Amino acid sequence: MSFIANTPEQIREMLQVCGVTAVDELFRDIPDDLKVAGMNLPQGRSEQEIHAFFEDVARRNYSGLTNFLGGGFYDHYVPAAVDALAGRSEFYTAYTPYQPELSQGTLQAIYEYQTQICRLTGLEVANASLYDGGTALYEACQMAIAASRKRHRIVMDSGVNPVYRKMLISYTANLSIDFAEAPVAHGQSDRQALFELLDDNTAAVILQNPNFFGAVDNHRDIVEHCHRRGTLVVQSVYPIALAMLKSPGEIGVDIATGEGQSLGMPLSFGGPYLGFMACRRELARRLPGRIAGRTRDQHGREAFVLTLQAREQHIRRQKATSNICTNQALCALRAHIYLSLLGRRGLGEVARLCRDKAEYAKQRLAAIPGVEVKTSSPTFNEFTIKLPISAEEFASRMVERGIAPGFPLGHYYTELENYLLVAATEKRTKYEIGIFAENTEAVLCR
Amino acid sequence: MSIIFAKSVAGRRGVRPPNSDVPAAAGLPPDYLRQTEPALCELSELDTVRHFTELSRRNFGLDSGFYPLGSCTMKYNPKILEKVAALPGFANLHPLLPQLRQGGMLAQGALRVLHDLEQWLAELTGMAGYTLQPLAGAHGELTGMMIVAAYHRDRGNRKAEVLIPDEAHGTNPSSAAIAGYTTLPVATDPKTGMLDLQELKAKIGPNTAAVMLTNPNTLGIFNTHIREVAEIAHRHDAQVYYDGANFNAVMGRFRPGDAGVDVMHLNLHKTFATPHGSGGPGAGPVGVAAHLVDFLPISRVVKRQDNTFILDYDYPKSIGYIAPFYGNFAVCLKACAYIMLLGADGLREVSEQAVLNANYLMQRLKDSYDLPFDRTCMHEFVLSAKRQEKQHGIRALDIAKGLIDRGFHPPTVYFPLIVPEALMIEPTETESKETLDRFVAAMRELAETAAADPESLRQAPKSTPVGRPDEVRAAREMDVCHPA
Amino acid sequence: MLPTDRKYTKSHEWIKIEADGTATIGITDYAQGELGDITFVELPEVGERKPAGEVCAEVESVKAASDIYAPVSGLVAAVNEDLDGSPELVNQSPFEQGWLLRLSEVDASAADQLLDAAAYEATLREAE
Repeated sequence: MSFIANTPEQIREMLQVCGVTAVDELFRDIPDDLKVAGMNLPQGRSEQEIHAFFEDVARRNYSGLTNFLGGGFYDHYVPAAVDALAGRSEFYTAYTPYQPELSQGTLQAIYEYQTQICRLTGLEVANASLYDGGTALYEACQMAIAASRKRHRIVMDSGVNPVYRKMLISYTANLSIDFAEAPVAHGQSDRQALFELLDDNTAAVILQNPNFFGAVDNHRDIVEHCHRRGTLVVQSVYPIALAMLKSPGEIGVDIATGEGQSLGMPLSFGGPYLGFMACRRELARRLPGRIAGRTRDQHGREAFVLTLQAREQHIRRQKATSNICTNQALCALRAHIYLSLLGRRGLGEVARLCRDKAEYAKQRLAAIPGVEVKTSSPTFNEFTIKLPISAEEFASRMVERGIAPGFPLGHYYTELENYLLVAATEKRTKYEIGIFAENTEAVLCR
Repeated sequence: MSIIFAKSVAGRRGVRPPNSDVPAAAGLPPDYLRQTEPALCELSELDTVRHFTELSRRNFGLDSGFYPLGSCTMKYNPKILEKVAALPGFANLHPLLPQLRQGGMLAQGALRVLHDLEQWLAELTGMAGYTLQPLAGAHGELTGMMIVAAYHRDRGNRKAEVLIPDEAHGTNPSSAAIAGYTTLPVATDPKTGMLDLQELKAKIGPNTAAVMLTNPNTLGIFNTHIREVAEIAHRHDAQVYYDGANFNAVMGRFRPGDAGVDVMHLNLHKTFATPHGSGGPGAGPVGVAAHLVDFLPISRVVKRQDNTFILDYDYPKSIGYIAPFYGNFAVCLKACAYIMLLGADGLREVSEQAVLNANYLMQRLKDSYDLPFDRTCMHEFVLSAKRQEKQHGIRALDIAKGLIDRGFHPPTVYFPLIVPEALMIEPTETESKETLDRFVAAMRELAETAAADPESLRQAPKSTPVGRPDEVRAAREMDVCHPA
Repeated sequence: MLPTDRKYTKSHEWIKIEADGTATIGITDYAQGELGDITFVELPEVGERKPAGEVCAEVESVKAASDIYAPVSGLVAAVNEDLDGSPELVNQSPFEQGWLLRLSEVDASAADQLLDAAAYEATLREAE
């Protein structure tokens, strides 16, 4: 299959204009000893064959398990209009909106998306999005360090998603950033442990709500304590839960980040996802990534542009505090469409359904002998249970029964071998939860 | 058009979630609840559909017309790629499944896609190993420089500097800086358009950790001395980083690995036809030579003797996790399908046509505009509107805006920085001669208009929903969120 | 005409030693013209010590971000807070209302080494 339009006759005419007889001559700058003889790649195929091939490959994935697996990435319903609208090629085949007159659709959509994120997080300024929730958290650390001007220490709550914590450590391996981690508390953040780790060099404390174990918290007291010490607070949040839980803005958080996958992105085996980020207005000029702003054109008409570009790498080059070039524009667009379709009441209903289903699952599982619900504090749509056997072993047996029962915490916390993190979304039915509970009982009591 | 929040009507409903089939849970204690609901829109589904359809009409995509944006490789994005990525077996697959015990067996299809793509990219570029995790080109650069840093740390090298040609994209110096290095520019030889070897030799030393090189460079010129650059770098135990942003020029013709490149990235959203999505998502896989394979991020996909695939985390020298999972999987999947569609011969033909289209355009435009480097180009070339600026006060930006009124997306302007009034043009292989000829006619007519009626160009564009926005006002007022 | 009551640097800063011994620092009319419309000025914190030649402020326009270097060393005694809401003052009045910061504890003799108005003007002519 080829997507080249020019005919052999046209190619001859064009070669003539270039003053050469064969296309090889146009590659004369490549030294002969570096020319490639051949490539060990498959031969091209037709579109029809490719479709059939990937249908077959896709069937080898267990995508049809009943999903109680979360860990920060959730199986939510994506309304049909999200795909239909984000699938318009005027959006998905455009480049970054460098030419604002030809990109008002993208620019206005980004501006509106930023507004949606501000309203969800209760903060004043949001960027046009980042790669994912983990890189967003890393960018927030860099931003806090730059804002503090002289501080180089970050204190992390161990309730922050362990994948993100590992990412932060990779990213800062070559930088003079000092990390401290508060000990694991499966419930809410351990205040005393966190406060003991703070010093005058601490630029920011990183929290997550609900935390990785599912516990819901009100971090206001931590924020107040940190601010008294001149330390900023970064909070990683779950956007669906923001319809119900205290927003970062309400408790005085300085920078909020999160994974936006739940807002209309399919799970797609890890991406593309959406990192969102918002902050207080005072920090706006340190916000990484693209930002769309509203202005006017020369005729006084409302117009949208990329703004505050002097912060960015293409102007600052080696002095930029972030090397982020673009955003996840199409994912941000999906999130914006999702939030518009669900609207104020719809998002609240999704949040309530998630919590009700998770509470129901919690009750059903708690009734099974040998299963202990471990999260002592309130939870949203995810909770931790302790099993009488290894959670990995349990999960394997449940998969055989067509159920992905949750995430075995031993994978990241060796001391939690028998602990399983269970999530529910609005997609799980009472029937499915019942089957889950019955199979759990069967596996454990066998 | 009005903003979506102005269209909201209190009490109107859009998509409704199902009714609950489980008992309502006891409410959370008020201390955890937000006081006021987020002020999202209240619209019908049709309101929303009309709003976004109207927004889409105020956009110009590759499907709308010719998009010769230099350095961005705006080639056709085959529709079949979207269809493949939407297959439920891929779209509904949870990324944590492989982390269950023997979980790799639950995602054999997806792991195979990742494995095959890594192999093919390695074959195309002559590198020993790949990671598909980097989520964009700039993210790939950063990952690559983190690998360089880990390599030097492992060898006990104390090196602090990275050398970068002055024509390089701004992400190169910023990626090097964020990996912990200071950067030094190396000048471009004004006669050849290539990195000045003498200056490289003068600046390189024991403190040099890496040399970053884009080849063909941002002027669209292939650096014939790439092997020599690598040899000079290696004499100082510096690593050669190859920015593969322009790889569309050389597929099947040149493999960076053969020239001594140690680490590189590719942009799947440029060379491998995955859509740009108005600015993302993309993917920036990183390839490394054999001595750097141990430093690649974890996890890595491994093919076992029985032809099954597993994820392996046991690489003690790895730089660790740089993305939560396996990269932008759906983007990698599309690139994999693209490579299988075209095959070896098709990919080679891509570069041939991309280079031919660019040379053809360059030949036909070089009389109307200045051509600072008049020599065979690769997939793109850089014109300068210096003549129009000097004689008529018409800048590259005015030419760009004039092109909009003539139905084209403008080229990249004011980049690379070393060419004044730069117009960087990359036609790609998927454009037909008729389209190129129409573009030539428009560019020539614009050069004439610049002389005859410059004022009309300063007012351009006139055919778009808005004219040139006031960027100073935007930056000063910072209206970035619609007030509630 | 350039004010003659102050000194200049090749990187287009000006420095004026005030009667109380402090030094006021800003950028020249030429510099603001090159930068274009200024959209934001980042100023240091009062009380920070700035060695000569180090970045002491940053001026942003739509398409550029420029570091401003301290012409002499000193302690930041004051910053021009009006620039927070009105960065355009640097464009409109680079030598007066658009001043950036004031340093104390400066060595006035160090300032003597810098360019006077005529010498600075000569460097501008050379650059053209």
